Amino acid sequence: MAHRHEVIVVGAGGAGLATALYAAREGADVAVVTKLYPTRSHTGAAQGGIGAALGNVEEDHWEWHMFDTVKGGDYLTDQDAAEVFAKEVIEAVLELEHMGLPFDRLPNGKIAQRRFGGHTKDWGKAPVHRAAHAADRTGHMILQTLYQQCVKHNITFYNEFHVTDVLIEDGVAKGLVAYELATGELHLFQAKAIVIASGGFGRIYKVTSNAYTLTGDLQAILYRKGLPLEDMEFYQFHPTGLYPLGILLTEGARGEGGILRNALGERFMERYAPTIKDLAPRDMVSRAMYLEVREGRGVGPKKDHVLLDLTHLPPEVIEKKLPDITEFSRIYLGVDPLKEPVPVMPTAHYAMGGIPTTLWGQVIKDEKGTVVPGLYAAGEAACVSLHGANRLGTNSLGDLVVFGRRAGIHAARFAKDADYHELTEEHLGESRERIERIKNSTGKEKVAALRAELQQTMMDHASVFRTGELLAKQVEILKELMDRYRLISIDDKGDAYNTELVEALELGYLLEVSEALVHSALNRTESRGAHAREDYPERDDQNWLKHTLAYKVADGKVAFRYKPVVLGRFEPKARTY
Amino acid sequence: MQVTLRILRFDPAKHERPTWQTYKVEAEPWDRVLDLLHKVKWDQDGTLAFRKSCGHGICGSDAMLINGRNRLACKTLVKDLGNVITVEPIRGLPVEKDLIVDMEPFFAAYRAVKPYLINDEPPPARERLQSPEERERFDHGTKCILCASCTTSCPVFWVNGAYLGPAAIVQAHRFIFDSRDRGKRERFKALGSGSGVWRCRTAYNCTEACPREIPVTQLIEEVKRAILLDRF
Repeated sequence: MAHRHEVIVVGAGGAGLATALYAAREGADVAVVTKLYPTRSHTGAAQGGIGAALGNVEEDHWEWHMFDTVKGGDYLTDQDAAEVFAKEVIEAVLELEHMGLPFDRLPNGKIAQRRFGGHTKDWGKAPVHRAAHAADRTGHMILQTLYQQCVKHNITFYNEFHVTDVLIEDGVAKGLVAYELATGELHLFQAKAIVIASGGFGRIYKVTSNAYTLTGDLQAILYRKGLPLEDMEFYQFHPTGLYPLGILLTEGARGEGGILRNALGERFMERYAPTIKDLAPRDMVSRAMYLEVREGRGVGPKKDHVLLDLTHLPPEVIEKKLPDITEFSRIYLGVDPLKEPVPVMPTAHYAMGGIPTTLWGQVIKDEKGTVVPGLYAAGEAACVSLHGANRLGTNSLGDLVVFGRRAGIHAARFAKDADYHELTEEHLGESRERIERIKNSTGKEKVAALRAELQQTMMDHASVFRTGELLAKQVEILKELMDRYRLISIDDKGDAYNTELVEALELGYLLEVSEALVHSALNRTESRGAHAREDYPERDDQNWLKHTLAYKVADGKVAFRYKPVVLGRFEPKARTY
Repeated sequence: MQVTLRILRFDPAKHERPTWQTYKVEAEPWDRVLDLLHKVKWDQDGTLAFRKSCGHGICGSDAMLINGRNRLACKTLVKDLGNVITVEPIRGLPVEKDLIVDMEPFFAAYRAVKPYLINDEPPPARERLQSPEERERFDHGTKCILCASCTTSCPVFWVNGAYLGPAAIVQAHRFIFDSRDRGKRERFKALGSGSGVWRCRTAYNCTEACPREIPVTQLIEEVKRAILLDRF
């Protein structure tokens, strides 16, 4: 079946829905292709807040937010992106409120705000109340509100359609191929502009806060086609994943006054970030937790985690402002946060790197900023680069509305002056062949077993701390896993809801993005933000104040090019808190 | 411990009607039912089809009938069920394959109540003000994850698929009682119609089924009252 829409958005999370909404408001005919139902995307799992210098609780300025974002990103953040972001996120939050988003309120009726890691006043002097929130389900509210608006605007949704190919010819984006889960049918989508907003890929790791469905599909598809992925070595671990599952416990818990403690009961963050302690940025807190465990001060029979202590907070603060995470720890651990501290460990959480774009979401293919006409990306799938080497908490929700909106507006305007491109059944060929190969294979390898090996080895060799030796080992392991991936076979040969086939396709994507990540990490011989190399412990601005662009040459072979960081207002300085 | 998992299977290409299939799996008491389904799918039988995404009760993908009650597979632990566990698709929506149902009738009802803020007054330069009490008034409904557990546990919905169902009414409630909204009369058209709130027989199944502990029946009653009071 063939379809045609002026703007087609891939993904129905916050970025996808924001893009679709703003493109529709520009007058474009918009459709969204999503492998889930819209309200089931992972934006719904974001808990703590969306940071914006509204100044509702105390004095705040967008310049402070910009500074925090740049410093938090260990100066790899592009400062033009941070400036646009810190200004526009204020307007974006107010627009969400106008759309009906149910933010928590202050007694004077304004949007309530709380503290969050790395967000400060007076250029780092003390934590600031910047995170606008709706209990601890802010992402859920953003997702619901944006979807509600899409319903209002009659935007077309293709639910449970799994994109298998992005058609790029003569350097121009022309359309998509998608596999309809209900029927097994391949569909051809003709578009004037395509926006990739398909989210992250935390499922490359064993312990992750990410949904099962976050498998980096579109990043991998573009990477296979020879487009670059930017700054893939920077992968964020969130400090407080519920032990041992990795389910997220919001940083808002520490924003409300929660404290991390080791086996001795010490508030260990005092040693690592004396000024803002438990509200240091995530990369620093995650490393501090690992170091505590490594030095024998971990908690539990395996001494492999630490504790998040909320017991000193008033019970009503916990019940009212953190209801969901309270429920998570009661259900999954039988631990009541009102009475006892909650076991936590760092959990794979967010890709700072992804598809490189301009400030308007246009996908670029090289270090000179050459755009691919008609192709856009926004949200976690993209790298604009706002988050640099480490994203501050709440800046993901801000990112997806600010840059989703920009991508939507630009894509709609681009589409107005563009023509549709000719597409034929032949364009389905590559996808069809890939699917048939998996379905007809009689190989002995199983998807679940290979995926488990990938996730465990990525955890062991390419997570919070890295060394050249471990990364080189992972390069070899990935090569072997890719060879074995060719020999996978599946039980389900049917057409209707073949979820096993989808998992097989997703495993292929996980392997590709892992390859880009591991090679980029091995290549970057310094420590910066979330990329901590024990063999190169210092930040090296002389050689590495630049963005990585990783290009796939062949399986196991990656080429690199570099893009300068956009500097400006803030000179790179040592990063202390 | 070993758990016996009885799953109602249906593949339109193979079966005339759903049939039970039994699997034995090793499980820990703190395993989620979702973990057990994965053990079956990944180690024993890849053809088993079910939906899942977040895995911790936030996305609403894996609502199913577990030991006779609507629950989320990712939020239900083995320790609370014992060692024989039955799993079936939620009721009242067409079964597409195994535990996967067609959600479109459910979302059609959702759309029918105009589930978005209606307010044509030009917005102020800053946020619209709302007191914490006004915000609290509709808090329950904002927790809804559209998993369909409530609607598909409702006996009225089982016999009358045209009934809007609890989830759609909860969505309407969320806006009717939002101090910023001006669209309640538009919503009352669908809600007060023959397939609207008056179909509710107050069976409380929906409230019991809600994995987010929303007092669904209470909210439905509040919507009924709002419609009645609006007539005077």
